[in-house]
Amino acid sequence: MSRVRTWALAPAGGLLILLFLIPMAIVTSYSWMTRGPYGGVAAPLTWENYARLFDPLYFSILIRSLVYAGIATGICVLMGFPLALFISRSGGRKNFYLGLVIVPFWTSFLVRTYAWMFLLRDTGLINTALQALGVIGEPLPLLYNPFAVMVGLVYGYLPFMVLPIFSTLERLDRSLLEAAADLGARPLDALFRITVPLCKPGILAGSVLVYISCLGAYLTPDLLGGGKTIMIGNLVQNQFTTARDWPFGAALSLILMLAVMALLLPLVRRGNEGLL
Amino acid sequence: MSRWLSLYAVGAYAFLHLPLAVLAVFSFNSSRFTTWEGFSLTWYRAAFADTQLGEATINSFLIALAATVLATAAGTLCAYGLWKRGSKWITTSLYLSLVTPEIVIGIALLAFYQWMFRYLRIQLGMHTVILAHVMFSLAYVVTVVAARLRTFDASQEEAALDLGATEWQAFFHVTLPQLLPAVISAALLVFIVSFDDFVITSLVAGVDSETLPMVIYAMARRGFNPTVNAISTLIVVGLGVLIVAGERLREK
Repeated sequence: MSRVRTWALAPAGGLLILLFLIPMAIVTSYSWMTRGPYGGVAAPLTWENYARLFDPLYFSILIRSLVYAGIATGICVLMGFPLALFISRSGGRKNFYLGLVIVPFWTSFLVRTYAWMFLLRDTGLINTALQALGVIGEPLPLLYNPFAVMVGLVYGYLPFMVLPIFSTLERLDRSLLEAAADLGARPLDALFRITVPLCKPGILAGSVLVYISCLGAYLTPDLLGGGKTIMIGNLVQNQFTTARDWPFGAALSLILMLAVMALLLPLVRRGNEGLL
Repeated sequence: MSRWLSLYAVGAYAFLHLPLAVLAVFSFNSSRFTTWEGFSLTWYRAAFADTQLGEATINSFLIALAATVLATAAGTLCAYGLWKRGSKWITTSLYLSLVTPEIVIGIALLAFYQWMFRYLRIQLGMHTVILAHVMFSLAYVVTVVAARLRTFDASQEEAALDLGATEWQAFFHVTLPQLLPAVISAALLVFIVSFDDFVITSLVAGVDSETLPMVIYAMARRGFNPTVNAISTLIVVGLGVLIVAGERLREK
């Protein structure tokens, strides 16, 4: 019995060890090393790479990432909850409306981000249209700022919020709402005093998924943001490419990874691992 | 309230779908500016004439095909092994690989490859990209196939074993055929995420393995070019067909 199991697990296990666990171990060890003369890593072990996280320059980027991810998550809750509610109340076309949320989510992330560049740039559709209508004289600076990054993050990760909320709505006991209506609650009262509180697990799960995705965002701030909106992901990439400071980049990666794991812990504890 | 909710839903769906729809419409614009001047296929012709785009597309196809075959095979076997008896460290590693930010996976693989190259005389290229894609797709395959296995009746396999089949025969002749819709759906998923990946790929690709998303990224960075609209539209339509096909298979 176990022979087959061993052989069945061997290829995936081997790949995970070679291409995930060992690389992560290498990054971990690099985070305690010193930058080498040609950009590699050198021997003296140090905590300095972690201490540098508190350098005001880098610390502000870390704080910015936490704040941006928080704001984007908040907007996603406000936008995602009513959409999930709409889908769960749409009767026979539920699957269709759910599909409308899922399909763009799997479509090329790069293309979806580029689509916003197309809309928001100075000569983009929004500015061109507003100028043609005579609403504005000069193009509005819509791209390469925090606003554009926020739009991109919300647009990119909204489905992560809609899906878990939708699944808690589906499990909601409808008789509770009927009881509330019988006892004289108006629809809005029932919504805020029954539906929303009972959807808390879904809202929490969605918020964690959106938050960790935003925290690790790279492409969105890279393409839609400017120099003043870079986030942790961009800083990591920068250390491994142009700056060639691998040990510092490794320390940043580990902090990012630890933050993601800490945020996921409550979900895993609840047995709400979702995907696996 | 339900009327307001429907009205809101229209707005939300517009937010989710209009950007790509607008992009697609303007890919047929004859002008290179964002004012509509008439229908034309100029930008599609330009996209097909571009040899760099052509080569990158071929690279992307080859990488996605190889990654799909390898990840689907390893992932299906893995899901099957885990179904027989769980393995804490494999499940945890898969879960971690799924939630690790792409940029971290990318730099970890880059560091790993560089470290390997000191001992082995190999370079970054198609093979390093394929291996990276196989790694990050594994969790998707296991998830999809494991979901199907949860509803699979183990007594069917036991019956096959009682009738004298070896364990592998039972897997290949009894279990695997019934998992096939899920396996194909997982394969489509791998193809999509592999074909589409930019962040990890750009870090571990060599000079001869530029993929389509890398070329699009470079073009998008350089400034406005309607050819990108045309090629983007083709990607969205192509991937869209695969996504819908995959969803259909999973519902079965």
